[in-house]
Amino acid sequence: MDLKDLYRDVIVDHNRHPRNFREIPDADRRADGFNPLCGDKLTVFVKLDGDRISDLSFNGSGCAISVASASLLTESVKGKTIAEAEALFSQMHQLLTRDDDAIDVTALGKLGALSGVREFPARVKCASLCWHTLDAALHQQEQVSTE
Amino acid sequence: MSAVHAAAGDSPALDIAAIRRDFPVLRRTVRGLPLAYLDNAASSQRPRAVIDAMSHYYENSHANVHRGVHTLSQEATDLFEGAREKVRRFINAKSTKEVVFVRGTTEAINLVAQSYGRPAFGPGDEILISWLEHHANIVPWQMLCQQTGATLKVAPIRQSGEVDYDAFAALLSPRTKLVALAHVSNALGTVIPVHRFIAAARALGVPVLLDGAQAVPHMKVDVQALDCDFYAFSGHKMCGPTGIGVLYGRESLLTAMPPWQGGGDMILAVSFAKTVYNGLPYKFEAGTPDIAGAIGLGAAIDYLESLGMERIAAAEHALLVYANERLATVPGLRFVGTAPDKAAVVSFTIDHVHPHDLGTILDHEGVAIRTGHHCAMPVMEFFGLPATARASFAFYNTRAEIDRLVAALHGAREMLG
Repeated sequence: MDLKDLYRDVIVDHNRHPRNFREIPDADRRADGFNPLCGDKLTVFVKLDGDRISDLSFNGSGCAISVASASLLTESVKGKTIAEAEALFSQMHQLLTRDDDAIDVTALGKLGALSGVREFPARVKCASLCWHTLDAALHQQEQVSTE
Repeated sequence: MSAVHAAAGDSPALDIAAIRRDFPVLRRTVRGLPLAYLDNAASSQRPRAVIDAMSHYYENSHANVHRGVHTLSQEATDLFEGAREKVRRFINAKSTKEVVFVRGTTEAINLVAQSYGRPAFGPGDEILISWLEHHANIVPWQMLCQQTGATLKVAPIRQSGEVDYDAFAALLSPRTKLVALAHVSNALGTVIPVHRFIAAARALGVPVLLDGAQAVPHMKVDVQALDCDFYAFSGHKMCGPTGIGVLYGRESLLTAMPPWQGGGDMILAVSFAKTVYNGLPYKFEAGTPDIAGAIGLGAAIDYLESLGMERIAAAEHALLVYANERLATVPGLRFVGTAPDKAAVVSFTIDHVHPHDLGTILDHEGVAIRTGHHCAMPVMEFFGLPATARASFAFYNTRAEIDRLVAALHGAREMLG
């Protein structure tokens, strides 16, 4: 377990310069995610065009893993349908928690940079917070907590 | 345990190298590096003497206490009550009747809330705490307020992390039924000048509970000199076992309080017509207690006393001074909590590096610190921070460990800053 497996260049870059880090004032869906263990707080904003996610953003504060994960999420999910986003959530969940190679990391593109997180069990919730928050937004729950 | 030697002059200092040999865990490595354990405010480590006392009890004398006439029951009872006497002497309570064994500080405070507060408090009554408190000295009072209609009042703090005494005094009134204060802040290390606060409360006849979880391990505590009514602390923060703690209560108050939990050991006689409760402190100790935990706590007290609380306090203060100097050299580091009188706790943030990332990066260097809200979310809110990093020192820590902390922080800045 090398720290560089966790803090890969892509992660460090997205933490320093998070993409889609803004509010969408007329968002169709939004939800707040909270990780009480470390105090991470994220809000995810979703703009829908039918069942397609036409715009997606987040703001809040968190550790490098949670900010980078949220930033990568917005890039990957924007333009996808709700069903496609949920399928990706399921794949990310497996990527972050499973030890085997059931997931084709290369197919996940930049999101694959988060594969190192599973070697750091204490940090899995940091990476998954934004996904749970997006899921809550899509299901019209207002709040989600990792506890 | 011959860890005290005469240093230059006539002030004996602690022999830290010898002390470190008393703590088996300090020999281990983390990720191939020697463990630098700087998370003592969360829980301290155990010396061999504590582990041995508990093992010896289990291997030789275990039976239930206060029950049998057989040899083992008598030995277990003697060891258990012997530990209570050690606690009494350690905090200078008048009587062992005033020493109630509980699971820890949290349970002690809940006991006072439910047994002292719940039958007596009602709408219009106030409980006064401070903004610095650990959740264990907030939530039991919120629950009590929901149950009784009483109101929770909170004395503010200053940017330095000190409780604002004038604001506290202004909040004291004839409506105040109880004051509950930390003796030492777990999140910031502030030592609250409790004598002043207690004197103000006593002038109005208001009883005072002190949360001493962070004080007892690091300074001489004398409950009679403090003149407090309740004092709560935990074994595991003072080199003792987890699962054991103490509620000190002034005898006159404990006598008037109803039992908290019912069961065995807290009764003298039970019939369906009438049950007669046991005397102090057993009235508050329903069920089989943590006998081994109490014995381990007694051994921890013996160990701390063999070193001397004054010498422990001096060693830890020297570590605090050194840590403050060295940490100030880290670019972007901000101290959170800068009260002039502090226990050996340093809370800080580093610009552009989240505390949670610091925790992971430092762990890779074998350095264990706490990161997060430290079970004091109102304190974090006061400073507008989601979390801080906190290094907290015990007498067995070294300057070399602080150097490793500082080096790892520089590394974290390079990686993420």
